Amino acid sequence: MADDKKFAGYICTGCGIGDRLDASTLEQVATRDGKMQSCKQSEMLCGAEGVQMIKDDIANDSVTHVMIAACSRRAKVEAFNFTDVALTRANLREGVIWVRPDTDENTETTQEMADDYIRMACAELKAMNKPAPSGEQELNKNILVVGGGITGMTAALEAAAAGYPVHLVEKSGALGGAVGGYYKVIPTRSPYAEPAENPVPAMIETIEANDKITVHLHSTIAKTDGAPGRFSVELATESGSSQTLSIGAMVQASGWKPYDANQLPEFAYDKSADVVTNHELEALAVAANGGPIKRPSDGKEVKSVCFIQNAGQCSDKEGHLSYFSGVTDLISIKQAMYFKELNGDCDTTILFDNLRTPGAGGEDFYRAGQQAMVTFSKGIASEVVAGDSLTVKFQDKILNEETEMACDLVVLATGMEPNSGPDPYALLALEEIEDLDERAKKQEEIIAVAPPSILNLEYRQGTDLPHLKNGFTDSHFICFPYETRRTGIYAVGPVRRPMDIQQARDDATGGAMKAIQAAENAGKGRAAHPRSGDLSFPTFRKEGCTQCKRCTVECPFGAINEDEEGYPMYNESRCRRCGTCMGACPVRVISFENYSVNTVNEQIKNCEIPEEWDEKPRILVLACENDAYPALDQAAQAGVEVNPWARVVPIRCLGSVSLSWVTDALNSGYDGIVLMGCRRDDDYQCHFVRGSAMAAERMSKVGDTLESLNLEPERVELYEVAITDIQRAPQLINDMADTVEKIGLSPFKF
Amino acid sequence: MSDLNTSMIEKYRSSFLKEVEANVEEGEWVKMCMQCGVCSGSCPLGKHWDHPPQEIFMMIRANKREEVLGSDSMWMCTSCYNCIARCPRGLPITHIMHGLAVYSKRLGLTPKKQPTAEFSQIFWDNLMKKGRVNELKLGLSMNFKDGFGEGVKNAMANQKLGQNMMKAKRMNPMEAFGGHGVKSPGDLQKIIKKAQEIEESKIQAAK
Amino acid sequence: MAKIELSFYPGCSSQKGATSSNYLVSAQTMCEELDIQLNEIPDWNCCGASIGYGGGGELPRLTLSARNIALSEEHNKGQEIVATCAACWLSTREAKERLHEDEQMFKDANAALSEAGLKYEGEANVRHMVEVLVEDIGFDGIKEKVKKPLEGLKIAGYVGCQTNRPFGIAGESFENPMYLDNIVDAVGAESIPTYEKKVQCCGGALAFSEPEKSQEMIKGILEAAYDNGADMIVTPCPLCQANTEIYQDQINEKYGTKFKMPIVYYSTLMSVAFGRSAKDAALDGHVIPAKQLEEIANK
Ligand code: SF4
Ligand code: SF4
Ligand code: SF4
Ligand code: SF4
Ligand code: SF4
Ligand code: SF4
Repeated sequence: MADDKKFAGYICTGCGIGDRLDASTLEQVATRDGKMQSCKQSEMLCGAEGVQMIKDDIANDSVTHVMIAACSRRAKVEAFNFTDVALTRANLREGVIWVRPDTDENTETTQEMADDYIRMACAELKAMNKPAPSGEQELNKNILVVGGGITGMTAALEAAAAGYPVHLVEKSGALGGAVGGYYKVIPTRSPYAEPAENPVPAMIETIEANDKITVHLHSTIAKTDGAPGRFSVELATESGSSQTLSIGAMVQASGWKPYDANQLPEFAYDKSADVVTNHELEALAVAANGGPIKRPSDGKEVKSVCFIQNAGQCSDKEGHLSYFSGVTDLISIKQAMYFKELNGDCDTTILFDNLRTPGAGGEDFYRAGQQAMVTFSKGIASEVVAGDSLTVKFQDKILNEETEMACDLVVLATGMEPNSGPDPYALLALEEIEDLDERAKKQEEIIAVAPPSILNLEYRQGTDLPHLKNGFTDSHFICFPYETRRTGIYAVGPVRRPMDIQQARDDATGGAMKAIQAAENAGKGRAAHPRSGDLSFPTFRKEGCTQCKRCTVECPFGAINEDEEGYPMYNESRCRRCGTCMGACPVRVISFENYSVNTVNEQIKNCEIPEEWDEKPRILVLACENDAYPALDQAAQAGVEVNPWARVVPIRCLGSVSLSWVTDALNSGYDGIVLMGCRRDDDYQCHFVRGSAMAAERMSKVGDTLESLNLEPERVELYEVAITDIQRAPQLINDMADTVEKIGLSPFKF
Repeated sequence: MSDLNTSMIEKYRSSFLKEVEANVEEGEWVKMCMQCGVCSGSCPLGKHWDHPPQEIFMMIRANKREEVLGSDSMWMCTSCYNCIARCPRGLPITHIMHGLAVYSKRLGLTPKKQPTAEFSQIFWDNLMKKGRVNELKLGLSMNFKDGFGEGVKNAMANQKLGQNMMKAKRMNPMEAFGGHGVKSPGDLQKIIKKAQEIEESKIQAAK
Repeated sequence: MAKIELSFYPGCSSQKGATSSNYLVSAQTMCEELDIQLNEIPDWNCCGASIGYGGGGELPRLTLSARNIALSEEHNKGQEIVATCAACWLSTREAKERLHEDEQMFKDANAALSEAGLKYEGEANVRHMVEVLVEDIGFDGIKEKVKKPLEGLKIAGYVGCQTNRPFGIAGESFENPMYLDNIVDAVGAESIPTYEKKVQCCGGALAFSEPEKSQEMIKGILEAAYDNGADMIVTPCPLCQANTEIYQDQINEKYGTKFKMPIVYYSTLMSVAFGRSAKDAALDGHVIPAKQLEEIANK
């Protein structure tokens, strides 16, 4: 194999590179130190001629490895898109000339910087292989949708409309979900003036008439095996029969359930039949059959009704939901208008503290409610006293007084809770507990309250999609909604956050499109977001593996199972190519063709470390290519200066950082190391969700390493950097330079 | 208690809001207030209001009829139109305040000796005499509205002001004996009388 | 520029011997220079101002203005109505808009007017003099006419309430209108665009009924002008002018301040800058004389 490799370097002198740097020196460095078999210059490498030159070399001279020394790897991506070769970029523009002042006294250090980057790029290239698809996958166009409510039905219809066969699985005996039984819904079209017709019956009809959609009623998922492109899903029906479907990708739209109002004794929900939840009121409105709504206790026509907003939600109280369900204020407005429509001159009061009416028509609908003479009172209800007439005690927040009102019916605006499966990490976390008895006890406790599994995944990391806050199902809520930590399975609708019908439909459409994309990508052996299109995938060297399970546990995407012997079993199409497994492996046996412990180590080693008496420190910056690296690029564009001792190496994710890089760098004489990754807490911004957090955990042990080397702890810093940290990112590097100046050069230079 | 007041109580027993909608200038806007408080925060004399506009709207919806109509808050409105310019809901707040003030006066519920209520009546009467305002008489009647003793005191306090104005030829003592006016005050009075009748009859009809 | 002809509604306070008679004099001078002809609405009546509501109620108040519009439509046919007083402009324009929106009210007002044989159509545009200046003449047009630039004067533009809200001048913001500052600049003086009390209420008619409360606000208006280094205040509103000028003595007495801030109209500034005499600019009509303007006028 090695014999077939042919290395070619290309140096661009455009964009001012040629004016600031000595191109012939650069070329010399590439061929002499970097061992490029050829090296060519171009005044504008990204132009048609330059690109053609590279293409020709690939075609005619069988070049397999290309080193481009020009602008940042984030620039001119389209122009330098040569799929059949291993490719690396030395960043001379954003990395060097734009961050260094153009003055005589700086010429030397600027050239040194550029030389280093070329050396590093060449060394990286030498350690890379041309990535190729594994051929593990085939195209499977079947989309499975779990849940037959509005969200699931929308996903099914959208996927079918795009030409993909759909299996729609519904636990109950009918499609329609929670909203199916509603009298009317919040309007989604201008003028948003009154409650709109329930869309569910029409949707069910369309689904039944669509021959691309197969509906499985009374069905649940008994087992899901495999990976995107080759899921094998076993359905179980109530009657006991089962069948196995072969599926390309999945959408989980398992919806929501109403909050249990029995936890609200203060509102007499358990004492009076005339205190109902918003969910229950829908049934009363339907039962009214066009006539006036009657109260449950004695069938008397409701003459006055009071809605209590935020009942059991937006509250820190034990047993209450800490979050707001987003839609419940609009629902109360809608339901108050039922009374104006059906119950004549019924006194209708909405007791609110904050009235929130999100969405395009929210404000108009609120006004429509006011026009209809619904009384909106700013007040917080404290108690409902049961009786023939109910008494609502509340604090009037405008008039600042404790007061009360009498009414026939009280409606509690309670919140939505997700229909998530059990949290897969709840049980995994128990593996930390040493005492087996205690572990078993905790396990039982968790299992006792856990909801039934929805997907029954045969994954090393549990049966269902991970949770976010408050039990909602995973989604990368900042950048990529519906994207979960289980590749090819998309969570949509109120299972991932509370939402209204319109939002759920938009969500479902997005999720259906993502599922289609995942099936297509899997068929081609390409990664899903965020490294979409990447063909490389991780492999491990079985001979070296100690079966430590770190990779299988730390992979944020549950991509790795274990075989009977306990060895990791990779599932290429579940993998997102983050490299967290690689960073986790203590014996460094995991690698990608084009990214490995070695490719980075080679870069670290091939930067020239000046002798101590030169007084030129070296600072290694490992910057996440998703946020930190672009932040540095933008800083460069804005002309923010970076210290000339810094050498920046882009990495896929902090999670991929191997501790050995840090130790090796320190050992070889670097004076400081700066690690930059994404935010990692609950409000994470990590593109690989957990990568940054895993890295932080690992790096907490760096202190020991430093101590054993007798080095100051300030020599290694780990930062959370956002893509917007344009001033801060370079500053962090410059800060390290100051630190080094203060504590002195590393004693490890030789 | 005036008859009108009694009959209004009868009629709108359950809903002061509906009463306001029917009888108060721009009253049908009250229900549209979303209680943001911007108006109250914008009112120049706000700190002197017992119930700033936002609160008044809330009180109307909470059926607090006596508290609202007996309040002197609405009379604190300087007609600065700040609230109207700022209300996110576009309520014609200034006019509602004026309307509430007039309505309360009509029902005889305005606090006795409310200075602005008195002044506005004096102003109106003054303008009705000749069709144009006679500033000197206006000033005099305002000074003497609380009786002769108070009047002299007020006049003394404002004496220097008056002298200054006269020097600047912006106050004319001769106005006390005539002054500006429309050609035929009688015609104007007829017009306004008719307008008053029409307005009265509407309120009576609402009874 | 062609002569502009307007149907003029002077209002009670502008009459001879009334609080803002000096406004009328200077406005007339200004119009002469700008080739604007003001045709007074014959037999106009009081608009009810911002306080008449309490005595008159809704329809009578609107009918007062309807009568003025009807008279203008009859005698000054086809001419736009222009007022110099903020309250006159506001009442008249508001009446027109209300009668336009509310058909019943339109009928009722006409029923009342027919008592004296008048008929209201509501066709005429109702404008403030400042609108004519800003929209028809323009700041450059004003600048062109300046013969004696008011150099060295720093003038706080106090817009007040009713020239600014609820209608205001098109294109200006309610919170920080700039036209008065632009006029100040056009006549060669220095404006204070950041004058923080620019649109503060002076108490309006409540200066009469609630003097203490109002004077507290007036004090703030004057103080801010002093703090900004203003030599004088300019305003477009007769009530603003009167309230901020004539109570300075009483405020000084109560708060121990030493206010002596001249308060003039934009028309005063323009009359002087256009080279007219102190008398034509009605500088003699000020309780607190604007000495610097007098000097320029007498030069
Ligand atoms: S954009 Fe990049 S490749 Fe193109 S000329 Fe500039 S440095 Fe060279
Ligand atoms: S590269 Fe990332 S997603 Fe893929 S197996 Fe490793 S840890 Fe999992
Ligand atoms: S982390 Fe490395 S050693 Fe551990 S199981 Fe995975 S491949 Fe084997
Ligand atoms: S118009 Fe009246 S109510 Fe409105 S802000 Fe001014 S003073 Fe207050
Ligand atoms: S500003 Fe308007 S909406 Fe807000 S409280 Fe006042 S009246 Fe109501
Ligand atoms: S209007 Fe603007 S500033 Fe006021 S509460 Fe709403 S969002 Fe905040």
